[in-house]
Parts: sequence; structure tokens; C-alpha cells
Amino acid sequence: MVSEASIREAYGKTLIELGRRNPDIVVLDADLSKSTMTQIFAQEFPERFFDCGVAEQNMMGIAAGLAASGKTPFASTFAVFATGRCFDQIRVSIAQPHLNVKIVATHGGISVGEDGASHHAIEDLSLACSLPGFVVVVPADAIEAARAIEVAAGTPGPFYIRLTRPRTPIVNSEDYRFVLGKAVTMREGEDATIIAIGIMVAAALEAAAALEKEGIHCRVLNMSTLKPIDSEAIVKAARETGALVTAEEHLQQGGLGGAVAQVVAEHYPVPMYFIAIKDTYTKSGKAEELLKLRGLTATDIEEAVSSVVRRKNEGS
Amino acid sequence: MTPDPDLTTKAIDVSASALRVSTEASLSTERKGPTLSVAEMGELAKRLRRHIVTMIATAGSGHPGGSLSAAEIVTVLYFKEMCHDPADPKWARRDRFILSKGHAAPVLYSALAESGYFPVEELSTLRKLGSRLQGHTDMTTTPGVEMSSGALGQGLSFGIGVALAGRLDLRPYRVYVLLGDGECDEGQVWEAAMAAAHFKLDNLVAIVDHNCIQLDGWTQDIMNLEPLAEKWRSFGWHTFEVDGHDLPAIIDALEKAKLVKGKPTAIIACTVKGKGVSFMENNPDFHGKAPTMDEMKKALEELE
Repeated sequence: MVSEASIREAYGKTLIELGRRNPDIVVLDADLSKSTMTQIFAQEFPERFFDCGVAEQNMMGIAAGLAASGKTPFASTFAVFATGRCFDQIRVSIAQPHLNVKIVATHGGISVGEDGASHHAIEDLSLACSLPGFVVVVPADAIEAARAIEVAAGTPGPFYIRLTRPRTPIVNSEDYRFVLGKAVTMREGEDATIIAIGIMVAAALEAAAALEKEGIHCRVLNMSTLKPIDSEAIVKAARETGALVTAEEHLQQGGLGGAVAQVVAEHYPVPMYFIAIKDTYTKSGKAEELLKLRGLTATDIEEAVSSVVRRKNEGS
Repeated sequence: MTPDPDLTTKAIDVSASALRVSTEASLSTERKGPTLSVAEMGELAKRLRRHIVTMIATAGSGHPGGSLSAAEIVTVLYFKEMCHDPADPKWARRDRFILSKGHAAPVLYSALAESGYFPVEELSTLRKLGSRLQGHTDMTTTPGVEMSSGALGQGLSFGIGVALAGRLDLRPYRVYVLLGDGECDEGQVWEAAMAAAHFKLDNLVAIVDHNCIQLDGWTQDIMNLEPLAEKWRSFGWHTFEVDGHDLPAIIDALEKAKLVKGKPTAIIACTVKGKGVSFMENNPDFHGKAPTMDEMKKALEELE
């Protein structure tokens, strides 16, 4: 049994460390600080924490003004609200002037579970990636989340960092170093590559381990920096393994799959398969039930790899 | 350029309020331009109007009405009230003017040019490819522009962030946000109004250019705002209503705002859209329509 940890807790704890080191770190929330874990920061630095109430548009504008005045604001709420609810505020007040605002959205994807469709963030990565100049990061576990938050704090410019609600399997070692814009090879292989983000990295590793027993050697890439995407690693994977499967807890359009396909189509076309949510919303249920319902499990990835490897071999 | 004393004040162990009093005192005359008479300011406002009409006619597009209505407000801020330094636009202690109604960029550009942020001749490049003067304000291209705007409703929130940063850094600057009245249709304005009062931002002033006209017509017909001043009061703002073309009245309200503690100030400035040009005054058509060359000539004659 792999160990698990809360990505959100890692976020809150990292904020405190950052806050101690840098007096310009400020944190904003929109009445969800108990869920996003920014309350941990609020308790230690009440004067640098601004609860904006249930008003995400205003929160993003305040964050922009703070950034324009030399602060490094982290603005947090659920992923559905952090993007769709205030997209124009992010676009005009933050993205166009390229301000140093770090949007850290929790509760990404459908693993939010029981709250239902309104709370399932399945379009957020598409929206965030559409903004010129934005860096988009989807950490795979609590360790990577902490490191990515640190790197974001020290890197000028706007960030969208997507975290998940449930406790997440640890896939990185304690000494893991997050490098912005670089895919992480989690496992080597030459028959196919699974490129995954967020909680799907753990599922990809599980699938790769199962495929190994069938004699299929899978490379697994953690594409935690979704934007700007590591084209070099994608082309290398396409060239060396000849078949790709992408895996994300997001709609098929506008997220990881599309971004990878764009690179592959332009530089080195190979058979691909997309593990993602098809064009639909999802109802309430337990996280595991919903992931299974939408085909986002290790088994689904395993089948996708088998199928894509078959296509690769038929083509050769 | 004098060194920024903020770097040292941060380390001094005194109460925030004591520091505030001392820095406020030192700031009151810091980096201010020459003192102008009301008559001279009136002439300046007229000059801004001439720039506005000329630059929009030259560009062939733009929004004259809401720039003309705000000429006195902007004149008082840039040439009387605000401490700012055209030679050092990013001076950390400067007072901030945030144009939330970004379509009134021409009035701001005119004031910035007359202040010396860039040459007056540059005004004729408005809206042209490669120009630093974008159709709506862009903080990344224009010296002196504090916020990128153009989508209405966003400036007051931005101003709250700037005001909070000033408070955290013990910088005594004041933040002035100019909103349109039609802009107050946006829900975000009221999110921000609630928050500014909640955060007790007495270094923040919202000025509403209440010219009673929005793009589609009179505000009372399109989306009734009244009672506008009462709305701001009920949101916890110290609220003044002034004639937005009366220079002493604007100055008086801004001075009184400095004495208000523990809450932000709203100034509802009653204005005439298109003010100064007879055929543009109270004419919704000139919200977002450029004058023709003939109309420009006629307007400039009226603004002699």
C-alpha cells in the first residue's frame, strides 16, 4: 500500500514557510480557507491574509492590485470558482498586464465527488491554459505541490496551480526537486509512454506496473507543468516509444491531451489515446466511483496502452 | 532622485499609526507640481478637452463623452491633489490614480502628457499600431498608467489591492479610483464596495463620474442606479455629492476625504457627458463615437 498525503495541507504548510521567509507573501481566499487550507497561513499571519468573502471576482482584482504594488499574492478557492467564476478578471486584471498573481485552486477534477457537477472542475485547465503568459501546474502529490508552490513564489508572473481534494498517493521521494517546464520521467520504458498529470500519475504508475507483467514496458512521464509544456520530452517519448497515452482528470478538450497531440502532430506523429472525460458533466458520487464511471482508472490506462501499442505494431 | 525612505522605515520599531502621521506630514508637499490657481486649472481642463477631441478624431474611434465629463476631476487629481513624479512614474510613495472606466483613456493620456510623462505630440498616436497609447488603458505600455482596464467593473478591486499594499508597507500614498456610473451596473463594483469598507480603507477614494448616460442611453432608462449616493453610504462609505465640473468643490471633497478615518470615501461627481462641446453634451451618441474632422473643428472652436 502506497502512502498518501493531503495536497491541500502541503499547500497551507508551504505558505507558512514562504510567509516566514518573505514578508511580501500575502494570501487571499473567498470564504473557503478551511477547505483550501489557507487558514493555516491566516492563523500565523492574520495581517497578511485577506478573506474576501464569497466574491471571487473582487478577490482576483485585489490580488492584481497587490501584485502591482510589489506583493506576491496567492489567491485560493475551489478550481471551479477560481477560473470560470472570474475568468474576465483574470484575463484583464492579471493576464494582460502579466502580474505576479499565484492562483492556487483546490478541488480540481471530479474526485471532488459528492458535491456534484457544479463543483467538478473539468474545464479549469482549458481556461487557464488559454491565457497567454500563464504558467499552469498540476502537481502529482503533496511533495510536488509543496515544491511547485515554492518555485511559483520565486518565479515572477502569473501561475495557475491546480490541487485536488482527496488525499493523494505519494509518488515522489522526499528529496524531489521540481523544475518548472520539465517533465519528470517516473519510469523508463520503450514500448509506449503514458503522459499524466495530477492524481492520474499514480494511476499511470499502477498501470505501467501491471503492463510490465504482460511484457509491455511503459515509460511514464509526469507532465506537472502543463504550460509551457515540455515539447522536448514529448517528442523524445514519441520517437523512442512510438505510442502515447495521455491521462488527466479533465475534459478531453483543452487540457493535457490536446496540448500533447499538438506537439506530436507537428513534430513526430505517433498513435495516441486520450484518457480524459468525454464531452459530459458528472453527477454526485464517491470519488472512486466517479473516476471509474468516467474511465479514469489504472485499468482504463492499461487497456488504452494495450490498444495503442497494437495500433503502433499494426502500423509498422 | 531622493532615496526611498521606506526601506529604512520598515525596520524602525514604532507603532504603525505614529509612523503614518509622520510620513503623512512629510508627504503633503512631496513631489508636487507648482501650485495652480483655480483659473489656471480651468484652463488646463479646457486644454485636456482639446486634446481629447483632437486625439479621438485623429484616431477615428474612441469614447469622447466620458472623457470630457471627467476633465475637471482628472485635472484636480493630477495638478492639485496627487503627489506624483513624471520623471519617476514608479516612485513607490506616489499617490495612485486608477482609471476603472478604461474607455476614458484619452482624458488620462491628456493629463499624463500635460504632466510630462510623455510628449504631448504622442497623443496623436492614440489607437495606432505600435503606439504606447492603447484604445483602453494598458499599464505595460504607458508611463503613468497604473492599471490595465477596459473591461468595466474591475478597477475598484484593483484599487483595494493597491491600498492594502500601502497599508502593509506603511506607505502614506492615497488611491483614487475613477468609475463610470454605467459601470456601477457591474456586480463586481459592489463586491469591491463592500470589501473596501470591510477593510476600513481610509486611503482609498472612489470617484463616480455620474454623467447619467451609458452606451445605450440614459442610465435611468437602461438600468436605474438611484439612489446612487445612498447605495455607497449604505455600503459603509463616507459619501460626498459634488458638481463634477466645479473645481473648488472637487478640491474641497478630496481634502475632506483625507480627514475621514476608518472608512473609504466615495465622491459622486455629477457631470455632463460630453461637457464643453455643445453637440456632444448629454448626447448618448458620443459615448463611443469619434467626431468627424468637421465636428472636431467645431468642437475646438467651442473650446477656445
